[in-house]
Amino acid sequence: MKLTEKELEIVEIVEKNARIPLDTLAKMTALTVEEAESILKKLEETKVIVQYATIVDWRKIDGHEGVTAMIDVKVTPKRGVGFDEVAERIYRFPEVKSVYLMSGAYDLSVVIEGRSMAEVAHFVSEKLSTLDSVISTTTHFILKKYKHDGTVFDQGDQDRRIVVAP
Amino acid sequence: MTRATKTYVSETVSRLKPSGIRRFFDLAASMEGVISLGVGEPDFVTAWSVREACILSLEQGYTSYTANAGLLELRQEISSYLSRKFGLFYRPEGEVLVTVGASQALDLALRAIVNPGDEVIVVEPSFVSYGPLVALAGGVPISVRTNGADQFKLRPQQIEEVVSSRTKALILCSPNNPTGTVLNQEDLAAIARLVEKYDLLVISDEIYAELTYDEPYTSFPAVEGMRERTILVSGFSKGFAMTGWRLGFVAAPEEVLQAMLKIHQYTMMCAPTMAQYGAIEALKNGEHDVDEMRKSYRRRRNYFVQSLNDIGLHCHLPGGAFYAFPSIASTGMASEQFAERLLLEEKVAVVPGSVFGASGEGYVRCSYASSLEQLQEAIKRMKRFLSRL
Ligand SMILES: Cc1ncc(COP(=O)(O)O)c(C=O)c1O
Repeated sequence: MKLTEKELEIVEIVEKNARIPLDTLAKMTALTVEEAESILKKLEETKVIVQYATIVDWRKIDGHEGVTAMIDVKVTPKRGVGFDEVAERIYRFPEVKSVYLMSGAYDLSVVIEGRSMAEVAHFVSEKLSTLDSVISTTTHFILKKYKHDGTVFDQGDQDRRIVVAP
Repeated sequence: MTRATKTYVSETVSRLKPSGIRRFFDLAASMEGVISLGVGEPDFVTAWSVREACILSLEQGYTSYTANAGLLELRQEISSYLSRKFGLFYRPEGEVLVTVGASQALDLALRAIVNPGDEVIVVEPSFVSYGPLVALAGGVPISVRTNGADQFKLRPQQIEEVVSSRTKALILCSPNNPTGTVLNQEDLAAIARLVEKYDLLVISDEIYAELTYDEPYTSFPAVEGMRERTILVSGFSKGFAMTGWRLGFVAAPEEVLQAMLKIHQYTMMCAPTMAQYGAIEALKNGEHDVDEMRKSYRRRRNYFVQSLNDIGLHCHLPGGAFYAFPSIASTGMASEQFAERLLLEEKVAVVPGSVFGASGEGYVRCSYASSLEQLQEAIKRMKRFLSRL
């Protein structure tokens, strides 16, 4: 799909800030509010914009620390559907945040979020490793998130400039 | 003579007025929670690859002087940058000089060409240092007042009105600080005709050349016949977000450049070495970062200028730099008073237009090199301020 310059500009702006007020967005792109709104709508309808996401630093919220694990999964591909069928069975579990087909030492990379280590362990041993095509799993727990989806957590982004300057 | 009547300070320096920006700085610095639109520099931090190149040069121990004119590799990069971007050809040996900011380049240019009493035309509203630098070089600054109704463009007849047998040079600044006004090819060609007619030199301050948003940029020496009459001053501060590095450059015909080099070698020796290594990286691989910053400034300009107009502060759409220069005439206040009250009552710092020369009276300079959230908040506060008047 080929986007116009204005459409592309709107995608770039809302990708960084989904909550930008419509009138601000219109002014930034030198469009009327109606024009900006209709472009946004079109982008949503055509699924160029898939979803407006929020990145939360859960560590900051008491009782919500949670754990994230990345699991390397080796599977036997099935004739006719390759990896797609097993990938689909895995991504249907609500605990699963993302699934990628990888090249290299293993086939699928699966990201799981759970309330505790025990919960993740339970998922891996009871649900994931028992799937027919799964040959092996290797679980890595994430100890600390520094940067996620392009956003740096707790970055010192204060303005270091003096207040008035030439 | 007794101490009470004697001053050690030279008459030239005694006569210089302190920068009006300084006064506002002192006032704003004493307050907390100020939203600053008073800053004449990018809100971006220098690109990481540039910082990294500088760190690497330190790790490798490049901590000594460079050639007076600057690292040859940097001059070569500057030369190819000028040719790639603006179609200009300057020899890295002999026609390019690396300086301590565009500021030093301006100082060198004036000292290299001004004889005592020579007049230099300064187009107002102007960057605060032009007039004082002319005076320090022993010259006489002659103001030309552009006006808001004409988007602060310099018109040829305005040069004719002030030119005299003593006029040596003209300082051009496009995009301009504080108005953001850009002179396009047509405007520059018209000025060039008079430059030829009156046999003037031009100091073209193109420090904001990377930051233009609407039309392709024309560099003054690229105008026919002007290369031999122009001292091109530029640098890394604004386009590359490198204000603190103190690195600029000049490109000029050999005779003038060598004269500037003479002063530079006695007064400065060379620009900081580590900054020069950073600048090489900026010119080699910095284009993407500059593009991203330019895009961001353009969006913020669009938002901010339209919002100013919406709240009743009329403002032309500036074609470059990162300043909006709205008229505050509707408030009936002088620009000093407006800026001071806005700061004290709503904690928004802007710079009174009068500090950029008499023709800046009735306007204030707002830098939109701030985060969108800050700009939105500033507009909210300015609107509240105006509604109380
Ligand atoms: C028009 C103009 N020229 C020159 C300079 C100085 O630049 P530098 O930081 O390279 O000395 C500035 C800085 O505000 C400026 O606005």
